[in-house]
Parts: sequence; C-alpha cells; structure tokens
Amino acid sequence: MGGISTGFGAWNPIAWSLLFAGTIVIAWGIRLLGRSDRKLDGEQGKVFLSGNDEPSAEKLHVRGDHLYWGMVDGLAGYYRRVRAVHTGVLSDYIAWFVGVLGVVLVILGLVR
Amino acid sequence: MNALATHVPILVIATPLLGAFAAPLIAKLGRTTRVAFSGLIAGLTACFAGLLAATLYSAGGQPIVYVLGGRVPLPSGLAVPVRIMLEVDGLSVFMALIAALVGALAVLYSVSYWKERSGGALYDSLLFLLIAGVFGLVLTGDMFNFFVFLEITSIAACGLIGFRAWRKRSSEAAFKVMALYTLAGLLVLLAVGLLYGQYGGLNMAFLAANLSGSMLDRIALALLLAGLAMKAGAVPMHMWAPEAYGEAPAPVAMVLVANSQAGLYALFRILFTLYGVALSVTAIGWILIVMAVLTILVGVTMALVQSDIKRLIAFGAVSQIGYMLLAVGVGFAVLATRPAFGLAAIQGGIFHMINDVACIGLLFLAAGAMVRAAGTRNLNAMGGLAHDLKGLTVLFAVGAFALAGVPPFNGFASKLIIYESTFRLSPVLAIVAVLGSIILLAVFLRAFQAAFLGPRTVGEAGRVPWTMTLSMAVLASIVIGFGLFPGFFIDKLVAPAANALWNGQAAYIGAVLGGG
Amino acid sequence: MTFVGNLPFVVSMLLVCLGLYVLLFKRNLIKMVIGVSLVETGINLFLVTLGYRAGGVAPIYTYAPVGATQVLPTPQALTLTSIVIGLATTALLLSFAILIYRHYGTLDVTEIKELKG
Repeated sequence: MGGISTGFGAWNPIAWSLLFAGTIVIAWGIRLLGRSDRKLDGEQGKVFLSGNDEPSAEKLHVRGDHLYWGMVDGLAGYYRRVRAVHTGVLSDYIAWFVGVLGVVLVILGLVR
Repeated sequence: MNALATHVPILVIATPLLGAFAAPLIAKLGRTTRVAFSGLIAGLTACFAGLLAATLYSAGGQPIVYVLGGRVPLPSGLAVPVRIMLEVDGLSVFMALIAALVGALAVLYSVSYWKERSGGALYDSLLFLLIAGVFGLVLTGDMFNFFVFLEITSIAACGLIGFRAWRKRSSEAAFKVMALYTLAGLLVLLAVGLLYGQYGGLNMAFLAANLSGSMLDRIALALLLAGLAMKAGAVPMHMWAPEAYGEAPAPVAMVLVANSQAGLYALFRILFTLYGVALSVTAIGWILIVMAVLTILVGVTMALVQSDIKRLIAFGAVSQIGYMLLAVGVGFAVLATRPAFGLAAIQGGIFHMINDVACIGLLFLAAGAMVRAAGTRNLNAMGGLAHDLKGLTVLFAVGAFALAGVPPFNGFASKLIIYESTFRLSPVLAIVAVLGSIILLAVFLRAFQAAFLGPRTVGEAGRVPWTMTLSMAVLASIVIGFGLFPGFFIDKLVAPAANALWNGQAAYIGAVLGGG
Repeated sequence: MTFVGNLPFVVSMLLVCLGLYVLLFKRNLIKMVIGVSLVETGINLFLVTLGYRAGGVAPIYTYAPVGATQVLPTPQALTLTSIVIGLATTALLLSFAILIYRHYGTLDVTEIKELKG
C-alpha cells in the first residue's frame, strides 16, 4: 500500500515511516530500562572541561560562515576560480550566453 | 456547466489578466476590498485550473484543443491551421496545476507580507500579470503566442524584482535580468521566424507534422535551446538567477521559480513534441545532460559559501533545475531506442518539478518570514530564532530536508527515481546527483544552524502573521502528502504528463490536424 | 537564390550581430539598451522580409487588383506585435537605468556589480 516501484527497486514510504517510528519506540523502551535517579541539573549535569568553567552560549556558538570553514578552506582553489566567474557584470553574463549559443550551434550544425 | 468546461482553458488565462488590469481600480475602494478582490481572483484561477485538470483526466488524457475565435481547428479548404489555439495535454495541465498552486499561495502570503507598505495595488497587478503569463506559456499551442507570453512573463518578473525601488541592489538585479530575458526572447523570436519562413505556419502541431531536419531547423533549435535554457537557469548562463531570486520579495521568488520551470516545460515541449527524433537525439540529449551536471555541482557548491539567506536558497533552486534537466535529458537522449528507463527518467524529472516547487516555495516563504523576524538577511547576524518561532523552525526543517532528498519526504521519492534511471545511462550521472543531494543537505544544515539554533541575537522575535503560516503549512502538507503517497500522485498526475512527452507526439498532432 | 536576392536577410542578421557586439563590448548602460534595440530591429526586419513575395502588393483585401500577388500579411502582424513588445521592454530597461544612476551614481556596467559572488 502506498509504494512505488521504480523499475529497478521499490520504495514504500508508509512501511519506512512505520519502521522508523517502531525503532524510536524501541529506543525509548531501552532508555526507560535505565536508572531513574540521574539528575540533569546541578553538578551531575554540568559539562566537564578539565575543571574549567563552561563559557557562555554567546561565546560557544559557531556562526554562519564559520561552520564549514574546513571544507571551504579545502576547496579554496575551486572557490577562488568559480566565485571569480560570478562577476556581477552584465556584459560577462551576455558573453556566457552567446558563448553557449555558439557551442550549441556548432554541435548541432556538425552532428548528423 | 458544459459551457464552462468548454471554455475553461481560456478562462484560466483570462481571469488573472482581468485581475491584473482591474486591481488598481478596485484598490481605490480601500484596502479590504483590494485584498478581497485579489483573493477572489486567485481562488477563481485555482478552481478553473482544477476544472481543466479534471476535464482532461476524465477524457482519458486526449489533448484538448481550444480555438480562439472559432470552432474548428482546421476549417475545410485550408491546409494550415490559421487561428491561435490553446492545446492542453497531460504535461500542460500538470504545469498549470503548479502555477495555480504557486499563484494562490503567493497572493495569500502577500496579504500580510506587504501590509505596511504602499503600492500594494501595483504589486498585485504585476503579480497577476506574471501568473497569467505563466499560464499562457504552458497552455499555448502556437509558437508566436508562446513568444508573446514569454515576453509578458519577462516584463512582469522584472517589474516585481525591481519593485522595491528604494533598494540599490533591486534596480541592479532588475536591469540585468531584463536585459538577459529580452535577449533570450528575441532569439526565440528569430527561431520562430526561421520556422515560419520554412513551413508557413506557426501552430506547434502543424510544425511538428512538417518538420524535417534541415540546417535552418537546426539553427532554430540551437537558438530555442540556448534561450530557454538561459531562462530556466542552466549553468553557465545561471548567474542572473541568484540575483533575481535574492532581490525579489519572497512570494515573488516562489512564482519566479515556477516561471523558470515553465521555461523548462517549453524546452521539453519543443524537444519532444516539435522535433522528436527529427535530429540526432543523442547529441542534443548529451548537451542537456552536460549542462545539467554542471548546474547541479555549481549550484550546490556556490550555495555553501553564501552569507545571504535568500541568495543561498536561490543557488539551491538553480541546482534543482539541474536535476530536472538531467532526468529529462536522459529520457531524450534515449528517445530513439526507447528503453524502459527513459520513461522512468522522464517521470522522475516531472515529479521533481512539483516537489521542487513545493520545497523551494516553502523555503523562500520561510526565508521571508525569517528576514522579517530577524530584521537582517545576513546569516552571520541572525541567530536563535527557534526560541520564539517554533512553527517556523519546523516548517523550514521540513522544506530543507525534503529538498535535500531525505526520506520519507517527496524530494526523496522523485530523486530516487532520478538516481536509478540515470544510473542506467551512465553511473557518473547518478554519482553526481547523489553528491549534489548530500552537499545540499550540508548547505541547509548550515543555514538552519546559523539562523535558528544558538542564543538569541536580536531580542524577542515578533510572531509570524497567520496568512504567512497558513501558506507555508499548505506547502508543507503537500511535501508530506506527496512523500507518503508517491504512487498515487505519480499515477494520477505524473504518468499522463510523462506519457505526453514520451508517446504523445502523434496524439498532439492529431488533435489539431485531425486523425493522425 | 542569388546573394542580391538574399541581401535583406544578410542585412538583418548583420544588425543582430551589431547589436550583440554592442551588448558585449560597450560599457555604458544606455549603450546596452541601444544594443538590445538594435537586435530587436534586426529581427523585425527579418520578419518583414520573410513575407515578401516578388512583385507583390500590400496585403489589403478590399479593392485589391484581380490576380495580383500579395505580400504575406502574417509576418507583418508578427512584426507589429514585436515592435510593441520592444517598446515596453525598452521603457522598462530605461527606467531601471535611471534608478541605477540615482543609486550608484554611475552608468558604467563594470562598476555596477554589488551582487557578485
């Protein structure tokens, strides 16, 4: 019920959702088997940083551009070239358009 | 009722046109009247589009031909159809449903989005003109009429992009987009002129019946391909798209995405129904596939480094156009040999069209609400919106996960079909598609973390108005509904559309020229 | 078909190429609008030339001479529509050019690139 067959496989989202919900129920059940005397606030709930104080949330939070700096830094060569192409100048946009038009004309003119 | 069903194709186009021209007059009577009138027009248009879909599906998918100003497509004694015709088949009605959904939701969202500013009547007028233009693009059966509606959408779109004339960047974006759209439209007109000069007719079915593969036909196809691919936003002609979607008001960005998809629809109509196998399908198909692969990769990687939330979503929208081009390009490349995976690829691409509109629309509307609440568009300055706007958080998360192809949402269903069918043509294509999805998930996780998580930066965020939440909720319910029941929607909506491209050339021609 | 017979087509394509040259290599926004206008003029000329029939008269049905060849009327209708559309697009382009000048202070297209990246 509710599945699609792509011709090479099948995907049934209802079955998947039921399985997902069932897994969450089982995980919740396992959690309920644990100790019930654990407190989340006070000394038991604090983060352990080798005895140092935990910095405030404003200082800890990593903001927008810095979140993936490793990946962006690794691809720095690619980004330098590709961002340089997005110049913002209208003549360059038209040049790309006419260039692609020329390439397509040549290909369509030559191919049988 | 019978008269209504007969005339519904032209009513779908005429109602928003009436709304566009009457809105400034009705607005003189006060704000409530203006809002009521726009709601009425949007609702009527959606009803007419639904009626058109019902009429077509109950007639078994046979194309409906509506002759403007006459009764019979081909009057006796004439060899060439002489009137302008609207020809509606499975794919046209699918696109019309998308346009109706997007138009109605944009009008609903604009009610409170545009509350405190003046010029609401002119905004409504331009919005209805854009919606009417998109309907005209997808329903027309005549090449020159197609050019006219293309220009209508260009003018209305640029008017809306530059609507906030007090912003520096809006005028810049509007000028650039107008210049590019006009150039593309003029080259499309040149192609239409070439086809008319060769065959003496402008009707699409007539041209499809008489097309041979001569050199002028190839030049016309090259012009149409380049022009329409640029309008859809394929790399390397995509650079106007982040500027346009980023600078337009949020509901307009959603309608602009539908506009780009209408350009994609026109490209598919010309390739499959007009040209078919007259030229080398492998070469043209692979041109589309190469452009699509570049679009996916450049779109998602550029989205990863944007700081402006709307520009980020715009690059995401550009990459999704790549998925649709990839899937239908694969379907076109194998049109000569017709293996089963070609039809599956086309179904995946077309299903992705409506999924993409729902997800990107939801994201753009959410971005509009976020920018209003936070007062800034820069992701580096936003933060902690989840403390106050829990509903918006959930809606943004649903849209982002659905677009990135996470089960069980609708994006996963269509992308699964695309992965598995493009794999059959070349494994590299499926690898690129999956890679694009993964990086897109990273993009939206970053946006979500920057905007919603963490401590508050701007104090208490105001509540999101109920009309904005309602329009986003409608889109989210479509995302979840299409995700949980993909089989039902594929059978009812997508299969007739895909069939119209794969097998439908003969039926399309026969509906106008009479009996195959 | 002789070259002289095809000359109108060649000239219209030359106009289109001139317009594209202006769009690609000139830097003033107003010159780019003129370039778009040149492309459009070339295409209108192409459309009108399509309809020409040698020795034809104007396509007016009333009081037409008996047995005369008439120039095709459809391309003329197409050209009129295209001229009107061109008017609307040129007006919109020029209004945005005025707004850009008010905001940026310059009409040089290589300096109007705040939306880069």
